[in-house]
Amino acid sequence: MTKVLMKGNEAVAEAAIRSGCRLYFAYPITPQSELIEYMAKMMPKVGGTFLQAESEVAAINMVYGAAGAGRRVMTSSSSPGISLKMEGISYIAGAQLPAVIINVQRGGPGLGDIQPGQSDYFQAVKGGGHGDYHLIVLAPSSVQEFADMAGEAFDLADKYRTAVMILADGMLGQMMEPVEFKPAKTAEEIEALNSQHHDWCICPNVEGPEHHHHEINSLEIDPSVLEQHVYNLYDNYATIEKNELRYESYNVSDDNEILCVAWGTASRIVKSAINELKVEGKSIGMIRPITVWPFPYQEIDAAIGKNVKKVYVFELNMGQMLDDVKIAVNGKVPVDFWGKVGGIVFTPAEIKTKLEECF
Amino acid sequence: MKAEIICAGFGGQGVLTIGKFIAKAGMAEGKHVSWLPSYGPEMRGGTANVSAVVSDEPIASPIVSYPDILVALNQPSLDKFGPTIRPGGVLVVDTGMCPHGLKRDDIQFVAAPFSSIAVEIGSMRVLNMLAIGAVIGRTNIIKYETIEEDLTAFLKAKNPDLLEQNLKAIKRGIEIGKL
Amino acid sequence: MEIIAQRPKALTKLSFTYCPGCLHGVAHRLIAEAVDELGLNDVMTGVAPVGCSVFAYKFFDFDMAQAAHGRAPAVATGIKRARPNMHVFTYQGDGDLAAIGTAEIVHAANRGEHMSVFFVNNAIYGMTGGQMAPTTLPEMKTTTSPYGRKTDDIGFPIRVSELINSLIAPYYIERVSLLTPADIIKAKKAVKKALLYNKEGRGFTFVEFISTCPTNWGIDPLKSREWAKENMLPFFKVGCLRDKGEGVE
Repeated sequence: MTKVLMKGNEAVAEAAIRSGCRLYFAYPITPQSELIEYMAKMMPKVGGTFLQAESEVAAINMVYGAAGAGRRVMTSSSSPGISLKMEGISYIAGAQLPAVIINVQRGGPGLGDIQPGQSDYFQAVKGGGHGDYHLIVLAPSSVQEFADMAGEAFDLADKYRTAVMILADGMLGQMMEPVEFKPAKTAEEIEALNSQHHDWCICPNVEGPEHHHHEINSLEIDPSVLEQHVYNLYDNYATIEKNELRYESYNVSDDNEILCVAWGTASRIVKSAINELKVEGKSIGMIRPITVWPFPYQEIDAAIGKNVKKVYVFELNMGQMLDDVKIAVNGKVPVDFWGKVGGIVFTPAEIKTKLEECF
Repeated sequence: MKAEIICAGFGGQGVLTIGKFIAKAGMAEGKHVSWLPSYGPEMRGGTANVSAVVSDEPIASPIVSYPDILVALNQPSLDKFGPTIRPGGVLVVDTGMCPHGLKRDDIQFVAAPFSSIAVEIGSMRVLNMLAIGAVIGRTNIIKYETIEEDLTAFLKAKNPDLLEQNLKAIKRGIEIGKL
Repeated sequence: MEIIAQRPKALTKLSFTYCPGCLHGVAHRLIAEAVDELGLNDVMTGVAPVGCSVFAYKFFDFDMAQAAHGRAPAVATGIKRARPNMHVFTYQGDGDLAAIGTAEIVHAANRGEHMSVFFVNNAIYGMTGGQMAPTTLPEMKTTTSPYGRKTDDIGFPIRVSELINSLIAPYYIERVSLLTPADIIKAKKAVKKALLYNKEGRGFTFVEFISTCPTNWGIDPLKSREWAKENMLPFFKVGCLRDKGEGVE
C-alpha cells in the first residue's frame, strides 16, 4: 500500500468507509466540511448511505436509528454541532448502541471561531450529555493516527456496544500528511458485520432469530431496574478501562527533570520543544494519552521519575485534562499548566520557553 | 534536512497548490511532510497561506513560525511573513505584486515579476509553477524530476498542452531561482 | 368454537396502561390489525415517541425503537436507511411531532422518506399533565394556558396535515377521527392504506388521528368525544388531503 497525501478530514472518512461504515449522517460545519463532502462523494460509489440531515440533532438521531439497526454508522461535526448532538449521544449510551462520532474541535465557547482548539475535553470525557455514562474517547495527533482510529473506533464500538468519539481538532482535520490505509473490508466481511448484532438489533425476523421483539430503548421507568441498568453500563466501562487504555510514552526516563502531559495536536508541539531541549542536554519526558477516556492515571504516576521536579500540562484550553493529571499525580510533585485558547495554537518556541523556565 | 516553508498570497493565486506540490514531491522522495493551510473566510478571495514542512525526521509540529523559505505573492503576505524568515533563509517574491518590497539584508532574495512572466508563458494559472521552480532552483529541497513525474501522471492524458505549459513554467522558475 | 375477535398478532400480551377512555389503545389496535392483514409482522418496526405513548415499544410485537422527544422521524430515517428491507413507522403525539419535533417531521416528509407517520392529535400534552400543545384550540384552558389559549400571544393551532400537504414529496396524507365507531372503521382504512403504500415502497405516508384526552381535558370519556366533535373537527377537518396512489392498482 502506497502513501497518499491527504487532509485528516478526508483520510478519516476514507478509513471509515474501508472499515465497513456504509451509513453517514451529518450537517455541514467548519472545520470538518471536507469530511462531509468526502462522504457525499464516496458513499454512493460503495453503495452506502450519505444523508445531509436537517440539523445536528436529526443527524445524531439518524445515527441512533441506524446503530439500533445494527449497522456501522458514523457522524461528524465540530464543537457547536457536537453540543447539539449531546442529547442523542446520551440516548445512544443509554440504549448501548455502537456508533462513531468525530469532533473536529474549534475554539469556543459559543460560536467561538473556526481555528483548532481542545476545549471540548470536558464535554467529551466528563459527560456532555445528561446521565451517568462514558464514551470511549480517542485523541489522534497525526493524520495517520486520525485515519487509523476510524477502524479502531468501529471495532471498539461493536465490541463493547458503546459510542466512540474521535476527538480531533481543526489542525488535524485541515492538514495534509502522508497516510497509508489499511485494506478495505471485503463484501463478505461487511456482510458479517451487518449481521453481528442480530441477537439484539432491529432486523427482519427472517435474518435474525425465529421471531423476535427487539427493543432499542433507554427508558427504564422503574428506578430499581434503571439502577441495575446503569450498574451494568459501569461494569462494561470497567472492562473497557482494564482492556483498552492507550497512551504514548515519549522520552520518559529516570533522567527526566520535567514530565509533560499533552494530548492531540498540543502533544506534537510539545514534542518539538522536548527534542530541541534534548539537544541542549535537558531531559524532559512526555506522556500522551491516546485514549482520553479511559485515562492513564496510573501510567502518568508511574512515569514520574525520581528526578522529576514538576509535571507540566500543555493544552489548547484553559486547563481541562489538567484535572485528570492532578488526580493522577495526587500531590506527589507540583503540577503546572500553560494553555492557549480561542483557536490560537502555541508554537514549539513558546513551549520551549515555558520549559526552560523550569530549569 | 528540514525545510519549513510558508506560501502566501491572494486566494486564487494558487498558493495552497504550491505547498501541496512541494509536500507531495517530498513524500515521493521518501521524506516526512506536512501541509497546513489557513482556512475559513480567508479562502473566499482574501489572503491565503499554507505551511509546508519537508524533513528527514518525523515532523513534530506542522506549524511554521519562522520559515526557511517564504513564497510571497502579494504585499500583505510579504509584510506579514517577511520579518519571520530565518536569517539565511530564502524569499521568493513577486516584485510586480509587492511594490514596497522588504528591507532585510540577512536573507536571500529570489525576486522577479512572476505574475507578468506567467502571462508571458501563457496564463496566470502557471504562476504557482513558476514559484515552485524558483524554490527548486534556489534550494534543492525537492527535485524537478519528481514534480515532472507527478504532473505528467496527472495531466498527460487529460491536457497535454497544459502539461507543457506547466513544465515550461517550472523550468523558467528554476532559471530565475539559480540567478 | 368460532373465533370472531382476538388480539392481533402484532400486539404483545401486555395490557395497555392508558387512562380509561383514552384512544391510544384504539390507534394501536388499528395499526396492529393492519400489520397482521398485510403480513408485515416479520419486517415491521416502529418508533415510539416521548409522551403518553412512550411505552408503545412494549405493546407492538415487532422490533421497536424508543426515540428522544420529537426525533422519531430521524430515528426512523436511520433505521430505514440501515435496513431497507424493513418497513418503518413512527407513532407520535402533538407535542412530540408538532412542537419539539417540527424540524424532523417536516424534513422526513420533504425527503419523501419511506415511512409511515401516525400522528395522534388530542390538542394537549398528556403524560406531563395537561399542558398546552401546538394544536391546543383557541381559548382552550390547559395547565400552561390557565386563562385559555390567547392567539394574539401564542398563535393559532397548527394544522399539521395541511402543513405536510404543502410539501411536494409526501405520497399519502389523510386526517381521520377516532371519535365514533364509524370514524374508527374509516380510520382503519387509512392506516391500512398507509401501511400498504409503505409495504410497496411508495414513499412517505401520513395519518393524523383526531383523538381525545378525557383525563387532562377533565371531561368523562363519552362527553370528551362529543367535545372533540364540536370543537376539534371544525378546526381540524377530516378527509384525505393527498393520495398519489388513487386509482393505482
